[in-house]
Amino acid sequence: MTSDISYKVIVGLEIHVQLCTQTKMFCGCALQFGAQPNSRVCPVCLGMPGVLPVMNKHAYEYSVLVGLALNCKVAGFTKWDRKSYYYPDLPKNYQISQYDLPLSENGFIEIPLESGETKRIRITRAHLEEDAGKNLHTAGNFSQVDLNRTGTPLLEIVTEPDMSSGAEVKALAVELQRMVRYLGVSEADMQKGHMRFEPNINLVITKGGKEHKTAIVEVKNLNSFRALERSVDYEVQRQLDEFIDSGKVMEMGNKSTRGWDDDKQMTVLQRVKEEAHDYRYFPDPDLLPVELDDAWLEQIKSQLCELPIKKQIRYVSEYKLSDYDAGVLTADRSTAEFFEEAVKAGGDPKRVCNLITQVGLKLANEAGCGIAELSLTAENMSELAKMIDDGQVSASAGNTILEQMTKTDKAAQVIAEELNLIQKSDAGELEGIVEKVLAENPKAVEDVKSGGKKSKKAQGFLLGQVIQKTKGQANPKVVSEILSKKLS
Amino acid sequence: MSEKIDQAQVKKVAMLSRLDLTDSEVAEFTTQLSAILEYVEKMNTLDTENVQPLAHCLPITNCFRDDVVKESLGTEKVLANAPQRDEEFFKVPKILDDNSGA
Ligand SMILES: [Zn+2]
Repeated sequence: MTSDISYKVIVGLEIHVQLCTQTKMFCGCALQFGAQPNSRVCPVCLGMPGVLPVMNKHAYEYSVLVGLALNCKVAGFTKWDRKSYYYPDLPKNYQISQYDLPLSENGFIEIPLESGETKRIRITRAHLEEDAGKNLHTAGNFSQVDLNRTGTPLLEIVTEPDMSSGAEVKALAVELQRMVRYLGVSEADMQKGHMRFEPNINLVITKGGKEHKTAIVEVKNLNSFRALERSVDYEVQRQLDEFIDSGKVMEMGNKSTRGWDDDKQMTVLQRVKEEAHDYRYFPDPDLLPVELDDAWLEQIKSQLCELPIKKQIRYVSEYKLSDYDAGVLTADRSTAEFFEEAVKAGGDPKRVCNLITQVGLKLANEAGCGIAELSLTAENMSELAKMIDDGQVSASAGNTILEQMTKTDKAAQVIAEELNLIQKSDAGELEGIVEKVLAENPKAVEDVKSGGKKSKKAQGFLLGQVIQKTKGQANPKVVSEILSKKLS
Repeated sequence: MSEKIDQAQVKKVAMLSRLDLTDSEVAEFTTQLSAILEYVEKMNTLDTENVQPLAHCLPITNCFRDDVVKESLGTEKVLANAPQRDEEFFKVPKILDDNSGA
């Protein structure tokens, strides 16, 4: 019965990103996650009669910066609107938001696909609004309200329904996180609610040559990238099953809201009052519009940086790194910049990359900081990379040296000498040792000369003997060359 | 007289605004609101063909403050006016269908 069914997944996202300004959007209360409940609150936050909100300039500029990074058209004129809201975590009974004149719209973001290609997801709009506080549900017959978060600047980003799988939705989320962190406008920690994603999911099902659409479901309560991805995949299967079982399609039911239950790994229907979406926007008379002239726009533009996805693609094409390595290096801006500085100082990109990804990041992780915060300079890093490439030290000795470099202020060369890790590359000196080893191992010499299967193994044995005699300090490449010459 | 707004609409707006009106209040406000709407309707006689919508009644833009922390009230003062509190929180009737959050 189901064999003639095919379907397309359609997902759009509504995203909220808390901006990491020092203070709230319309008052001077500090933004502080984990502060004593209701301690970062003032009359503006409380919605007291007679108070006057005044716009935080940083919050506006951060939003424009994200709008530019999302390739949006940034409005020269934008204004603030009131959106009706009836929960106690915004005591003034409206949320200050933007309705018909958002500060940016019509952009796009490139997301990396597993195939290594990128996909362009259109951005409908990105506007600024204030966050609500927190309602906490108790076991008793009441709820608790903490207004510390009330008024936190919140960027709402709405995408077009251009994603077609849980994996793509996750890719966008990760890319956006990387982007706003590069721009320094948000800490973007999902667990802390700095970034919140609400996917809108439905299917276009083709059955017997006819197209059917399932009703759109909005999913809430997603606190990790994993939950985001899984909730989309779960909804796809659920909607498909529902269609097959009941034939239910969009025309038979309105959009519904479902909450993600992370313990049960499923979505659960939420009851939403029908009138809840009657927002009745109107312009906020307390707040003046914002006009952005070219000079100011240029000034904000100058704070843009090369975006992570662009960097990742460039590392692959310019430095011939693997897409995986390029992804690791560009995961955060300080690591990427450290890498680029070391390359600029003369280090071979692949070598510097290996030092960072195989040792540096582990050391940084252990120290609980970024690689750029370790006592390492890009110059020292590039010097070490050159020493390895020149054969002065082995790659494994290089890892040891790097570890020491993070513990002292000494240069790579100094550490290598102190730890006796400099490889012997002097051909004259090594030749004597090689001759000695050959004389001591006539059987192996014969095996090499006789060729065949044993030859390679015997040559490896001789190489090992030479390295051992030099206490591991002979440059294997130079020894190999001498061996080949003498045995040919 | 043809009303600009009927009682059903007034009841709906009251419900959206969480106002509990008696039947006589609904009747009274329907008459008052209709008069107001009729008065405001005079605006429709003006030619606004080439007039930009007004975003704000003052001819001023770009009023900002610097992103500098000011002292907040502190938990005790914040909760001083609350009808009910539970430790450091406002205490409110249980929220059943919580679709709060921005
Ligand atoms: Zn405040």
